[in-house]
Amino acid sequence: MKSTKYVVTSPDSDVLPSDIALRIYELGLEINVKETCFGVIIDGEEEDVSATVEEVRKMDESNIFIKDRGFSPGDPRRCRGHRGGGARPGFYMMQHESEILPLISRGLTSEARGEDPPAGVEAKRRPTLEELEAMINEEFS
Amino acid sequence: MVKVMVYPPTSMILADLVERKGHEALVVSKEVRKKVVTPGLDSPPLNMTPEDPKKGLKYAAVDVPSGVRGRMALLGPMIEEAEAAIVIKGDDCTLGCTGCARTNELTRFLLKTKRIPLLELEYPEDEVEAKRFVFKIREFLEGLS
Repeated sequence: MKSTKYVVTSPDSDVLPSDIALRIYELGLEINVKETCFGVIIDGEEEDVSATVEEVRKMDESNIFIKDRGFSPGDPRRCRGHRGGGARPGFYMMQHESEILPLISRGLTSEARGEDPPAGVEAKRRPTLEELEAMINEEFS
Repeated sequence: MVKVMVYPPTSMILADLVERKGHEALVVSKEVRKKVVTPGLDSPPLNMTPEDPKKGLKYAAVDVPSGVRGRMALLGPMIEEAEAAIVIKGDDCTLGCTGCARTNELTRFLLKTKRIPLLELEYPEDEVEAKRFVFKIREFLEGLS
């Protein structure tokens, strides 16, 4: 079965979409590659796509993110060239998440280094019945 | 390998983190893909088959807005398939033209009542929160296997 995936690079990454495309060509698998401003779209048989994804991820483990896509690249039902321009459906979610990708990348780098997570503030929790009663008494007595 | 539903169901960050840990992320694009390869649909998921509203009716009554039922036709089978879930709370991207507040509520409700391992958290706003975010997800996913 065919599969399509987005390969998105974090703005912090030194890897360019063209580098990813070249790496995929080097693998010599039957994969269609489309370069975009945020990364590449890859399309092919599921096994080939999985093998490609593993290789591409190795290029920059913390800064490369992979996502499934429903439509093949250039599908006239989604391609802007056939729909008169404008953002394609799904762009806004990717734009929204791209803004926090550098933060996630730093989190992944910290995890890869084996650093402990920063000590958190005490978790928010609901007051117990006794605490609630005490609060009410304090406020209204 | 555990099937982990991510919410928002189009989230790249969550799907990627889940697949990094060797689990299968249940995302809406996989459901859309099934429709894309089905002949006879001009513009899925905007076009529906007569079967889709029936699937949606399983989760939302007939007087519920049709958009909820249409979305549930895609999300419902994912919820049934899910063995664990990671949900982002209070995120703006799940509202507006790309989302639906009632579907969000219904999905979270169904995931909670399904009694599967569920992690609810918010998108990070700074580096410290991001490190905690990644750590919590890693801890949750490692606990599943």
